[in-house]
Amino acid sequence: MTTRESSLSRYGSSTRAAPVPIFYPARPPVDQVGVEERAASLAKRSLKKASKVAALRLAVRMMDLTTLEGKDTPGKVRALSRKAAAPLATDATLGFCAAICVYPNLVPVAKRALAGTTVKVASVATAFPSGQSPLDVKLADVRRAVELGADEIDMVIDRGAMLAGEYTRVFEEIAATKEACAGAHLKVILETGELGAYDVVRRASEIAIAAGADFIKTSTGKISPAATPAVTLVMLEAIRDTYVATGRRIGMKPAGGVRTAKQAIHYLVLVKETLGDAWLTPELFRFGASALLNDVLMQLEKERTGVYQAAEDFSKD
Amino acid sequence: MAKAYKMFVGGSFVRSESGRYVQVRGSPAESADPQVVNVPRGSRKDARDAVVAARAAADGWAARTAYNRGQILYRLAEVMESRAGELRASLVRAGVPTRDASREVDVAVDRAVYYAGFCDKFQALLASHNPVSGPHFGFSLVEPMGVVAVVAPARPALLGLVSAVLPVVAGGNVCVVVAGADDPRTAVLWCECLATSDVPGGVVNVLTGEAAEIAPHLAKHREVAALDAWSADRALLVALERDASGSVKRVRTHDETAASRIASDAGQGLGFIETFLETKTVWHPVGT
Amino acid sequence: MGGEITKRKRSQDLAAPGGTSPASPERGRNLETNGVLEYAPAPEAIDHVRIAPRQDLFIAGTWREPRAGKYTAAISPSTEEQLAEIAEADERDVDDAVRAAQRAHEKYWSKSRPAERAKYLFRVARAIQEKARELAIVESMNGGKPIKESRDVDVPLAAAHFFYHAGWADKLDLAFAGRAWRPLGVAGQIIPWNFPLLMAAWKVAPALACGNTVVLKPAETTPLTALLLARIVEEAELPPGVVNVVTGAGATGAAVAAHPGVRKVAFTGSTEVGKRLQHAVAGTKKRLTLELGGKAANIVFADAPVDQAIEGIVNGIYFNQGHVCCAGSRLLVEESAHDLVVRKLKDRMALLRVGDPLDKNTDVGAIHSLPQLRKIEELVASGEKEGADRFSVSCALPRAGYWFPPTLFTGVAQSTRIAREEIFGPVLSVLTFRTPEEAVEKANGTMYGLSAGVWTDKGAKLFWMAQRLKAGVVWGNTYNKFDPAAAFGGYKESGFGREGGRQGLSAYVELS
Repeated sequence: MTTRESSLSRYGSSTRAAPVPIFYPARPPVDQVGVEERAASLAKRSLKKASKVAALRLAVRMMDLTTLEGKDTPGKVRALSRKAAAPLATDATLGFCAAICVYPNLVPVAKRALAGTTVKVASVATAFPSGQSPLDVKLADVRRAVELGADEIDMVIDRGAMLAGEYTRVFEEIAATKEACAGAHLKVILETGELGAYDVVRRASEIAIAAGADFIKTSTGKISPAATPAVTLVMLEAIRDTYVATGRRIGMKPAGGVRTAKQAIHYLVLVKETLGDAWLTPELFRFGASALLNDVLMQLEKERTGVYQAAEDFSKD
Repeated sequence: MAKAYKMFVGGSFVRSESGRYVQVRGSPAESADPQVVNVPRGSRKDARDAVVAARAAADGWAARTAYNRGQILYRLAEVMESRAGELRASLVRAGVPTRDASREVDVAVDRAVYYAGFCDKFQALLASHNPVSGPHFGFSLVEPMGVVAVVAPARPALLGLVSAVLPVVAGGNVCVVVAGADDPRTAVLWCECLATSDVPGGVVNVLTGEAAEIAPHLAKHREVAALDAWSADRALLVALERDASGSVKRVRTHDETAASRIASDAGQGLGFIETFLETKTVWHPVGT
Repeated sequence: MGGEITKRKRSQDLAAPGGTSPASPERGRNLETNGVLEYAPAPEAIDHVRIAPRQDLFIAGTWREPRAGKYTAAISPSTEEQLAEIAEADERDVDDAVRAAQRAHEKYWSKSRPAERAKYLFRVARAIQEKARELAIVESMNGGKPIKESRDVDVPLAAAHFFYHAGWADKLDLAFAGRAWRPLGVAGQIIPWNFPLLMAAWKVAPALACGNTVVLKPAETTPLTALLLARIVEEAELPPGVVNVVTGAGATGAAVAAHPGVRKVAFTGSTEVGKRLQHAVAGTKKRLTLELGGKAANIVFADAPVDQAIEGIVNGIYFNQGHVCCAGSRLLVEESAHDLVVRKLKDRMALLRVGDPLDKNTDVGAIHSLPQLRKIEELVASGEKEGADRFSVSCALPRAGYWFPPTLFTGVAQSTRIAREEIFGPVLSVLTFRTPEEAVEKANGTMYGLSAGVWTDKGAKLFWMAQRLKAGVVWGNTYNKFDPAAAFGGYKESGFGREGGRQGLSAYVELS
């Protein structure tokens, strides 16, 4: 019996008789007020001086620099790639961003621009951002993106199916996408802003994890609200329960709405106090962002020089 | 035929376990009673048994709907009125002038009606929605305390007893009452009204005898939540308050003049109910 | 000085992904906290706060030395350093204070227009907000509680209490279902050391709103913020004698309660002292309200939102080092969820940062005093002796000061001391139940009845529980929430009378 089959049976629709690999007594309900309170309380952690600098430098290396617009051009993607490979011209020790995240058509451009670096190229796929296309079209989308050189695939789940209670369909689409990835890293976008309640986010997280997600990700960035600390916390808790029960380490990627260094630190604190320091690595935690990098760089420069920086001093790529 | 007067505990008429009695004298006019009757002299153990009976009735009484409690108290008023002649005669026999006795019975019936109609109202007057600063729904509601000990005023024997007991039970409590020593026969007669109405056994338990002997045991009893002390005996009141402190009992005492105002509107009201209610505040998050 | 947290390297079990056998939650892997990201000390700046080295009595609007000239030291429980010398009021000082309050009541306060009284209270609320930072720092220095609590809970709530009650002052005719009211006169108010400023606000604000004047006796160990409140009252130009603050120990409090000029005694503290007070005021016709101890059950069902319940459990017992009368010190957990809850709880406890109260990242501060520490240690030892399993967070504790690591006991029997006695420290006793009936029975099986928590996703069950719990406050799917608009107070030996809300006003008026 494969893991996939047994995991599927948890959602009650498989006709195959299989032992149910329960890794949790029951999907725990999530209390909105409680989880938001906890998430907000962690915003009050105070990181000063060295610990702040360490956190911000880490944040840079966790960034999936993202551009997902209709007007994206090779020039734009090349500029972004350069920024990802050398975020701060004055400080080579800073390292580089984790990845850049683009539409499939621009994957080859990014690949060429990043040749010789370890910055990954992530591509959205599966009829991003709505996911409202036939499965074969979505899978073709994934395969092409991988063929074009994508190291990582950011897929969207079918929120319509999720909200209609067709959990098996959601599961199977993710599992099929994982297969289509053929070794590329799979990030599963839940689009939490469309799921309506934390309970649904928790369920979607579990389905994605069971179906083979390497990462779970909050949002496409096209829907508001996108990433919030509370929804991230709900997903981190699903990841933690998975790890405790199975030893599998799933990554987390909040995307959309994370714009400031202060917010980034808040997210790192959330990770630290939910999953521990082992998750504080680009292997297991990413920020999906476009505006965040410059604010983090500004704060790093401020810490280095003691002088508040001007936004114009940082290139907008 | 002369009647034996007994205490009212757990819905039954009982003698004192001690076998002791007090003799009560009165005019036998309008009554088959002899000049002297023997009334039980309640003991510490009678008080203990009465608390057991009250405790057993407490949850059931509190769990009834307020509407149901109101109907039961109204039924009591009906029974009292139907036995008004008897109650009147009993008061007269204990020395109350006929006109005053008539009035006392009338007011006592009215008072029962008053509290009958209060059973499902006080909650709305005392509860609140609490507009707390945060995403929580909060409210405070009132609940009965449980077993309340009542030291009834000596006079007026009927109205005093009714005025002390009914707000306590209207609030959903059960009680153990030490009837006034002046006229225990009327107290027992009122218990007969209770027994023939629909008040469940154990909700009101009435002991006869000496308050100074019985009440301290109730004041100390850990299963008694509160004490309503109407007594002209100041030393006793102070002693009861001290006894009550051992279990942080809620105590209401009434000064010497309180009994004299009992026939007026000052003798009834929301405050008499409220004193023997606890406030419970409940919080819950509001979210999806 | 504290603030230093040990790096807790925890073993991890790297099993193969996609576990094939059903894993019990207990068998789980531990999370590491090994210093990829450390929080450096983040001390609150205190250079703008000055504590006068000698603190006098505030009587009749003036600062006065005690007649006997006696002072005692107030120390910081986190450093054991002396913060100030505090006047010790004797009977003569108390008499002065009560007389001043009587005069103020007759001369000004009972005659003032209710709307004017309201304005004074609004002004006090505003001043507390203006001085919030100073008050929070002093509270943490004197009491040992983490600055994040004094900053985010104690001080804002104290301001809110004045603000809330200010608005009642001119609406009391509407407050009592049509009954006429009048103020009682002088209220003697004796408050504890666990929430020094907040308890002062709980007591003073409703008393003043209802037209009474007060003599406030703060706890001997934590008078500093009450004295700052007196400064605020002075700066708000309340008429002299409306608020008087007499510092001192038990004898001072007893003198306040015993003074014949005091018409109302309000006390928050231990059940033991509450009983003595009730005994003492017997026969005096003084009105009395008591807010006493607790041994609250925090009840967690298997269907609870478990991660939020964990937060509620932690907040319930480790908030303010467990020095909370309504602390959820008994965790009643449905047996089927016991292992899961305990594992998650231990993981969460490992994250608690114990240390310098003035560090913004501190979660658990100093134990309030040496005697309190000894009492906690004694009860914890009894728990071990009675066979319960102890788990304490392993963290480095500062050398100076009084500290106790967050601790829980599993396998606790209902009959043991740690399940029955109020520990008033960061010590949780875990018990199990099988059915809702059993949960209610165990929760109510105590002489206390201050508060309870219920965690379940099922609304009907929550209300069923809330109805049956003999507790003055029931928190459903939350814990340790306070608000001036919500009545607070106990059942049974947790005291009587309510504070806060419309219900709290009746403690300070005579109704007819």
